[in-house]
Amino acid sequence: MNNLVILPIIIPILTGMIMVIFRKKIILHRFLSVFSVFAIGISTFLLILQIETSGIQTLHLGGWEAPFGVSMVADMLSALLVLTTSIVSLCCLLYAFHSIGRERELNYFYPLFMFLITGVNGSFMTGDIFNLFVCFEVMLVSSYVLISLGGTGIQLRESIKYILINIISSFLFLVAVAYLYAMTGTLNFAHLSIRVAEVGQDGLMTTVAILFLIVFSLKAGLFLFYWLPDSYSAPPTAVAAIFAALLTKVGIYAIIRVFTLVFYHEPEITHLFIGILAGVTMLLGAIGAVAFWDIKRILTYNVIVGVGFILAGTASYTTEGMTGSLYYLIHDMIVKALIFLLGGTIIHLTGTDKLREISGLIKLHPGLGWMFFIAALSLSGIPPLSGLIGKIFITEGTFQAGYFWLGGIGLITSLMVLYSIMKIFMKGFWGYTELSEEEEKGTTKGLLLPMGILTMLTIALGLGAEGIHDYVYLAVEGLMDPSFYIKAVMGNHLVQ
Amino acid sequence: MSILVGILFAIGIYLILTKTLLRIILGTSILGHGVNLLIITMGGLKKGGPPLLGIKNLTYADSLPQALLLTAIVINFATTALFLVLSYRAYKVLGTDDTEQLRGVENE
Repeated sequence: MNNLVILPIIIPILTGMIMVIFRKKIILHRFLSVFSVFAIGISTFLLILQIETSGIQTLHLGGWEAPFGVSMVADMLSALLVLTTSIVSLCCLLYAFHSIGRERELNYFYPLFMFLITGVNGSFMTGDIFNLFVCFEVMLVSSYVLISLGGTGIQLRESIKYILINIISSFLFLVAVAYLYAMTGTLNFAHLSIRVAEVGQDGLMTTVAILFLIVFSLKAGLFLFYWLPDSYSAPPTAVAAIFAALLTKVGIYAIIRVFTLVFYHEPEITHLFIGILAGVTMLLGAIGAVAFWDIKRILTYNVIVGVGFILAGTASYTTEGMTGSLYYLIHDMIVKALIFLLGGTIIHLTGTDKLREISGLIKLHPGLGWMFFIAALSLSGIPPLSGLIGKIFITEGTFQAGYFWLGGIGLITSLMVLYSIMKIFMKGFWGYTELSEEEEKGTTKGLLLPMGILTMLTIALGLGAEGIHDYVYLAVEGLMDPSFYIKAVMGNHLVQ
Repeated sequence: MSILVGILFAIGIYLILTKTLLRIILGTSILGHGVNLLIITMGGLKKGGPPLLGIKNLTYADSLPQALLLTAIVINFATTALFLVLSYRAYKVLGTDDTEQLRGVENE
């Protein structure tokens, strides 16, 4: 029992509620949201230190022991993801201060942002599959409002599609939970793992596993990503960045959690299926990224490539592959937020996202240009930046598992990603400077700081990969051997 | 019971595949009812007393599916309300509720 586990969920929801009461006090909103994100970051950092010394931390809500009550579980994987979430959301908040506009700020932008973080952190921390559904919904309902907040035509049009897709996938989630409950009689992840191991993962169980995979794929944008490019290009930059960095990653986390803890008995069916989906996702995403000529499309298709790549490592189900997935997941959260903020800033400056109408920005904005260059290299895994180490491990893992085609697709698509991002860099920053300072639609005042933080982080993660290796190793150890998780949640008395 | 779930699913999916926004929303709502019924059916319909200490019954009802159901209904209610408001707003702003015209190809 450890009360620190609940803090990343309680803090944002409480601050969000306080903000709702004081609607007009924008300064208070800003202060509280930054304070809350900092508090989450610090408490998660403490939590990581505790997990390192004394293993997985749990909290049984209301004192109800594991299979009966709802338990919150913080293992290294979820703690690392929550820490990254708080860093990324801090940067998106700082960006939003200067870009989101007073109208949106007055209409509960910051409280909604806090509720979104509540849902994301809750999904990472929960140890119960129905509670995962509830946290998903908390996150999704806030995202519905954030995506439509502002009420422009394109936002309304895209948010309808986004909501419909997510409502249907939530229903499928409930259907899958209902079948799973009928077959196992429990909802707790650890208990599910024991029960599934006892009765064996037969055909019926594998079907339910595939149903879960479909649900999480819809959320993560794995193969079923057709809704993603449109809806992620509708909202304002800060919102699009936080969506790209966090929302798909929650789906990925759910896939990793369920397919390493519960349904890990038939990897030649389920994991191969994930692998095929990941391969197709990478290819289609890369083709999309190369084909389009507007910044938002290129970036959203890059999100899809990233999803495919992370899950390629998961599909291999080897220690190397999982290590790679985890490194790449953390890297991807940071660098996707960064590249969306950078792309958004370009659009903010020029007033258009058509790449053919932009050129020569580097003369007036050298900082922006070089940050974009670093982010582009990091995204495609050029050393010494943070994308490299994940790429190496994932490729090694897929080769070890015998999925040479998957590793091959991963490497080919990295080149296509590099081309698609360099296309933005070369068209946007090189060439004749068309806009003078007066003609630009906006300034970069205050916008460079959050992007600078994220750029420093991606460099630091690349150079200091050794430094977080111990933590990643602990997380992967827990993923590859479910008994750690089960022991931590259920205690020793129920484990044979 | 499960036949009823099937019928509700069929109606819900049919309505979602139609073109009018309002029908789509009604479709999601009906689909939601189907899912709720499915949860309670899958949990096993048991007759018996409330599962509380001190109540002497031979059989006890399983309270967990009911708790799940309650949560699912609340969430379903909230999302349906939000969806209705949003589609009304979209109808006001965009001037149409036909999904064919909401595709958004015109500005590419």
